[in-house]
Amino acid sequence: MDDAVPLLRMEGISKRYGGVKALEKADLSVNAGSIHAILGENGAGKSTLIKILSGVVGPDEGRILLDGREVTFASPAAANQAGIVCVFQELSLVPELSVADNIVISDPPQRFGMIDHKAQRRIAEEALARAGAADIHPRALVKDLPLSRRQIVEIAKALARKPRILILDEATSALTAADVAKVFDVCKRLRSEGLALLYISHRMNEIRELADECTVFRNGHNVASYRAGTRSDDEVIEMMIGRQYSHVFPAKPDSGSASKSAPVLEARSLSWAGRLHDISLTLHPGEVVGLGGLDGQGQRELLLAFFGVLRGLGGQVLIDGKTVSIDSPAAARAAGIGMALIPEDRKTEGLMLPMTVRENLSFASLDRITKAGIVDRDQEQELIDDMVRLLAIKTAGLDIPVGALSGGNQQKVVIAKWLMRQPRIILLNDPTRGIDVGTKQEIYQLLRKLADTGAAILFYSTDYDELIGCCDRVLVLYDGAVRRELVGAEITEHALIASALNIEAEGQSAMQEVNA
Amino acid sequence: MKEWRYWVAEQRGTLLACGIFLLMFAIYTSNHPAGFTANVVETAANKGVLLAFVAMAQTLVVITAGIDLSVGMIFVLTNCVASALVVGTPMQTALGILAVLVVGVLCGALNGAIVIYGRLQPIVATIATGAVFFGIALLIRPFPGGSVNEDLADTLTGKIFGVVPASLVLLLVIVLLVWVPFRRSVLGRGAYAAGSAEAAAYMSGVPIRRAKFAAYMLSGLLAAFGGLFLTFFTYTGEAAYASGNAYTLFSIAAVVIGGVSLYGGRGSAIGAIFGALAFRTIGDLLFVFDLGALWQPLFQGVILLVAVSLGAFGLFRIRNRLEWFL
Repeated sequence: MDDAVPLLRMEGISKRYGGVKALEKADLSVNAGSIHAILGENGAGKSTLIKILSGVVGPDEGRILLDGREVTFASPAAANQAGIVCVFQELSLVPELSVADNIVISDPPQRFGMIDHKAQRRIAEEALARAGAADIHPRALVKDLPLSRRQIVEIAKALARKPRILILDEATSALTAADVAKVFDVCKRLRSEGLALLYISHRMNEIRELADECTVFRNGHNVASYRAGTRSDDEVIEMMIGRQYSHVFPAKPDSGSASKSAPVLEARSLSWAGRLHDISLTLHPGEVVGLGGLDGQGQRELLLAFFGVLRGLGGQVLIDGKTVSIDSPAAARAAGIGMALIPEDRKTEGLMLPMTVRENLSFASLDRITKAGIVDRDQEQELIDDMVRLLAIKTAGLDIPVGALSGGNQQKVVIAKWLMRQPRIILLNDPTRGIDVGTKQEIYQLLRKLADTGAAILFYSTDYDELIGCCDRVLVLYDGAVRRELVGAEITEHALIASALNIEAEGQSAMQEVNA
Repeated sequence: MKEWRYWVAEQRGTLLACGIFLLMFAIYTSNHPAGFTANVVETAANKGVLLAFVAMAQTLVVITAGIDLSVGMIFVLTNCVASALVVGTPMQTALGILAVLVVGVLCGALNGAIVIYGRLQPIVATIATGAVFFGIALLIRPFPGGSVNEDLADTLTGKIFGVVPASLVLLLVIVLLVWVPFRRSVLGRGAYAAGSAEAAAYMSGVPIRRAKFAAYMLSGLLAAFGGLFLTFFTYTGEAAYASGNAYTLFSIAAVVIGGVSLYGGRGSAIGAIFGALAFRTIGDLLFVFDLGALWQPLFQGVILLVAVSLGAFGLFRIRNRLEWFL
C-alpha cells in the first residue's frame, strides 16, 4: 500500500459522451500483487474507466501512469503491449475456431510465415492450466463449450498475453459456483505472482472474499477508496448513493388503491433458458410497476417473454385471469390482450429510421385503419394528429424520415405508435435512455396519465431516480429472479441498491462473520 | 475425447463430401458401359477439375461470410484472356499464363476492395463486378475463337504414366501451393475469424481487413486457374454468359455439399473440391441412367435447393425470436 510508486495510476480522468459526463476527474491507484475491486451502481462510470484503461476509448482529460511513466493507448492492442489485458463481459471469442486458435488469436506463433501449431498448442495448454482449466481440450471448438467454460477460455486467452494488470469485468456473472471457485483460486495465485487485478463485480460476497482494496464510484467520480473489510455493506451502499435528484415526477396516487382491482397481467413461475428463474408477478390496471436491479439481470428477457418473443418459456402467463399463450408480438398486441412494448433500442427495434414519421406512427395500427387491404388515409391522419398532439411531437412534417428527429422526439414516435392502439398493458424497456430531461419529464407525466386512465404499466429502468419517482411498486431482479418487492415508501435508493446487489440492507453481521 | 475425434469433428464436412463423391462415383463407374477405366476417370476428372477450381475460389469468399457471384465471370474472362495470350514460344506462353493469373487476382482485388473498403454487401458488389468482367470478356472475344499452346494443353489435360489424369495432379499441386499455406497462415485464420464473429475478431486485434482482402484476391487467382484450364480443354476462348452464370451457381452448390457454411467461418476448400466432383457426378449419373439431358438443369436446381436448405436448420434451435433477424 505504501509502495513509493503504484503499478498503475489514473489521474483526473474525464470523459464525455455528447452532453453526458461519464467520468469526471476520476482517480485510481492500483498496486502490483493486489486485487482491487471497483464498485458503483449503473452509470457510475465503471465501464468507461475500464474502456479507457484498456484502450477502447481515449480520455478527454487526465493521464495514465504505468510504473510512474505516462502512457497513452491508441488501441486495445497498445494497451495489451503495455501489459494491460481485459477480460470482457461481452465474450470476445470466435465460436467457429478451436480453443487453442482463440487463445493465441491476437498474436499466433509463426514459423516460416505459417502458424506453428505445435507452439500454439503448447501456449494454449499452458494458459489453460494457469486458468485452472486443464480439462478443456485445446482442439475443442469454442461454440461446443457451455457458456461458463467459454468464460474460462476467455481468461486463459487473457493470460496468454502475459498481462501485468488483468481486468475482470463481471467475469463471473455467467459462471457456475464451481467455476467461480476456480476463478477465485486463479485470481489469488495471479496475485501471489505479482499481478495487479482489477475486479469489477456486483456480487458483494465475491468482493468480500477476493479484494484487497476497493474503490467506489459515483456519478463518474471515485468517492472513496478503502481496504477491503474495513467498511460494512451498509456503509458501502451509502457511498454508492448520493445522486442529485434532477427530475420532477408527477404525484403518485395513494398506494394500494390500484392493486385492489383484479390483475390484468399475471405471471406464474416464468422461466426461460437459464436466464429467467421462477418469476411470478401481478400487474393491476392503474398501477405503474417498476423493474429494478443492475443491468442485465433478466429484466429485458422478462419483457420479451410477455411480448411473445421468447421460445420455450416455462410457467404461465395469465391475462384477465385466463391462461394465454402469446407466441409473437402480433399476438401480444391483438384485441383480447392489448399489450404494447416500447423497446430498448429505438433505432433497431422501435423505428424504421429511413421511413417517414407518418409511416412509423401508424405501423402498429395498420390492421385497424385498412379496408380491404388499403390504408384509409383519412382515418390514419386522424389518429396521427391525435398522437402528435397528445405527445407534443416536434417534427418539421409527417413526411420526413423519422431519423431526422431528435432522440427525444424519436422516442415519442415509438411511444405514440403503440398508444395509438390504446393498449391495456404497456411494457417499457428503459424508455428514457439517452434522451433529454424535458422529454423524460413529459414521459413520466404521460405514464401516470395512462395509468390513471386504467392502463397497467410495467417499466424497466436503469435509472433509480425514475423507479423511485414513477413507480407504485418496484420488483428488483437479480440473476433472473425477483429478489425483492418494494412497495410505496419502501422504494428508496438505499433499498434499491441493496437489493440490486443482493445483500440485506443490514449486512453488518455478515461482514463481521467474514472478518472473524 | 480422443485426439483423433477432434480431427474427425474438424474435417466432418470434408469427409462427408468425400464419402458422397466416392459413393456416387462408384455407382457411376459400375453402371458405365466402359466401367472403371483410365479414360472414364480422365474425362470425369477434366470436367470436375474446372468446377473444383471455381468452387475453391467461392470457398475463400464464403469463409469470410461473403458470397462471390462474379466467380463464374472471372472464370469466363480469364478463359478469354488465356485464349489470346497463352500461345507462342515457351517463354511467351509462360508470360501469358502469368498475365492470366494476374487478371484473376486483380478481379478478386476489385471485389475485395469494394466489399471491404467500400462496405458494400458482397452479393450486390459481385453481381455488378461480374457484369463488368463479362463485358470485358465480350470485348476480348466478341466471337468464340483464339488459341492456346496446344502442346502444353495436351500435356496438362492428358494422363501421367498413362493412368493418372494430369489435371488432378495439377489441382493437387495448386491446393498445396495456394490453399494449404493460406489455411495455415495468420491471414487465413483471420479470414475464418472474420467470417465467424467479426466483432470478436476485431476486438482481439485480428487484421480482419487484410485477411478478407487476401481471401478475395486468392479467390480471383483460383478462378483464373479454372479459366486457364478451360482454355486448355477447349483450345479456344468464349465469352459465354450462360456458362459463367452456371459456374457461379454450381460453385455455391459445390461449396455447400463440401461442408462449407454459408454463414461463414467454417469449411475447407478441399471439401469444396469433393463437393464439386460430387456435383459433376450427379450430371453423369443422370446420363448413365438414361434420363434425358433436359432433366439435368431441373435436377441440379433441386439438389442446390436441398443443399442450401440444410444450412437453415440451426434457426429452429433459436429461443429468442429477435435473433432471427441478426
